[in-house]
Amino acid sequence: MKIDVNHRNPHPRVRLALPLPKYKVLPHGGFMYKTHISGCTLEKKNLLRLQMALRSLATRKTLTLALNSTRLAQSRALQTFSLPDLPYDYGALEPAISGEIMQLHHQKHHQTYITNYNKALEQLHDAIQKGDSSTVVKLQSAIKFNGGGHINHSIFWKNLAPIREGGGEPPHGSLGWAIDTNFGSLESLIQKMNAEGAALQGSGWVWLGLDKELKKLVVETTANQDPLVTNGPNLVPLLGIDVWEHAYYLQYKNVRPDYLKNVWKVINWKYASEVYEKESA
Amino acid sequence: MAATTSMVTSLTFTIPSLGFRLPTRSYPCVKPQRRFVRKAASNVITATYELKAPPYPLNALEPHMSRETLEYHWGKHHRTYVENLNKQVVGTDLEGLSLEDIIIVTYNKGDILPAFNNAAQAWNHDFFWESMKPGGGGKPSGDLLDLIERDFGSFERFIEEFKSAAATQFGSGWAWLAYKANRLDVENAVNPWPSEKDKKLVIVKSPNAMNPLVWDYFPLLTIDVWEHAYYLDFQNQRPDYISVFMEKLVSWETVNTRLEKAKARAAEREMEEERRRKEEEEGKPTNEEDDDDDLEMYVDNDNDDSEAE
Repeated sequence: MKIDVNHRNPHPRVRLALPLPKYKVLPHGGFMYKTHISGCTLEKKNLLRLQMALRSLATRKTLTLALNSTRLAQSRALQTFSLPDLPYDYGALEPAISGEIMQLHHQKHHQTYITNYNKALEQLHDAIQKGDSSTVVKLQSAIKFNGGGHINHSIFWKNLAPIREGGGEPPHGSLGWAIDTNFGSLESLIQKMNAEGAALQGSGWVWLGLDKELKKLVVETTANQDPLVTNGPNLVPLLGIDVWEHAYYLQYKNVRPDYLKNVWKVINWKYASEVYEKESA
Repeated sequence: MAATTSMVTSLTFTIPSLGFRLPTRSYPCVKPQRRFVRKAASNVITATYELKAPPYPLNALEPHMSRETLEYHWGKHHRTYVENLNKQVVGTDLEGLSLEDIIIVTYNKGDILPAFNNAAQAWNHDFFWESMKPGGGGKPSGDLLDLIERDFGSFERFIEEFKSAAATQFGSGWAWLAYKANRLDVENAVNPWPSEKDKKLVIVKSPNAMNPLVWDYFPLLTIDVWEHAYYLDFQNQRPDYISVFMEKLVSWETVNTRLEKAKARAAEREMEEERRRKEEEEGKPTNEEDDDDDLEMYVDNDNDDSEAE
């Protein structure tokens, strides 16, 4: 059997009906497939989707194998986190957010938060077992930074969607009604979030949140990677917009207001509505 | 704020001349410089702070810091801070103060006033451009190297610590080498028995616009670790940017000059505090010199060193 290096099946036991496109192995052990940016026909898109799904199946199987062989990890029952897949291609949000930014943001920034979060958790686990209180307390800021980064970015990827898949489509149903009640209109909510986002000094996030106790929608900002819950234990994030410079600099440079204006074209209101309906039930 | 340029209201930030003395803060800079600006008409906005160019052309730091980065970082970010500062300051009590004074005043002991961010960032960026030079890097020499080796063990250890501070400043901010004189480790405290050991070099990091002036340190060197400082050239690789900065961009001559100035001011301040303590012992009610300062404010100063364009 001719073995083609670039088209090798990553996991021999999974029979793939379709030939794989070229891939390469990433430093953290995952796989990255070359994806097309534009000019995708529907069949090609479905093909890519299928391949991505198969890829995550393959990597999940390899991961399970790896985990089974390290009994130590299992006996300690310490969950490690891994980079969630994007439900769309890196280039799918153009021209609002460039493919270059999406790739760096996902593969470098988010991955780094996860790597450091896992490291901090392991150190915390050790410190707790040893009863080393000063290390436990010292690690809190690393956990907040990196864990917060993981939480926030995981939400962010779901907050975005390509225009073809409903990105930018205004919310209907109960969330749409709640926005009108709390802010007057969708436009004024957007204006408020843009103003708060632009005024935020340094790095942080601007959020649309639900205050579960007061049963109303709120616009909040958090600094650095603080999750929304640090502003109030009853706050649930519906939508978060990353205003760290890495989220827009390569494309918008210093003009953060332009980024904020354009990002709404790819905001996934469907996800926000789902969360709202679930949390306000 | 009231749109008056009344000098009387400006005095709320200096020592009242009624014979009782508040504990004074001597700022790292010399006595507050007043820049008097004559307004031609009441609706003219006089730009009191100007965007100073870096001491080298924008492409001079290539390939370590690209011209594109300088164009955006200096030409857009820094310029915006200066312009917004001017807008915030015009017609308020802050008008006419030097940049360092505005920083101290708007820091307000932690209860930050609106102009702080723009003022501090304008100052920080001036300081940053001057901290670099084409063909920079290498090792310092003389007094500076001696102090570094005394306070950090070795030059290599200092580099390590500085790089670590810059890399672990989470989010936006700055890392600094500063000269700390006559102070305890508690902010705003004065050591009543100053000794030579108090004066030392320290590495500090600060978030967003904060800088060590507000802690009464003398900054010597800084690196900007806001993402806009390195994203175009290094993307997410902040540690690479920091290494290149230390190895290829730092102007140790400038740092040396700043150290000399810092030592001179620290000595000056020591002498002043000596003198004041002596006077308190002798029971003198007021200090003649301070009165002169205040009187100066009432007299129209004919030395118009305004920088009106």
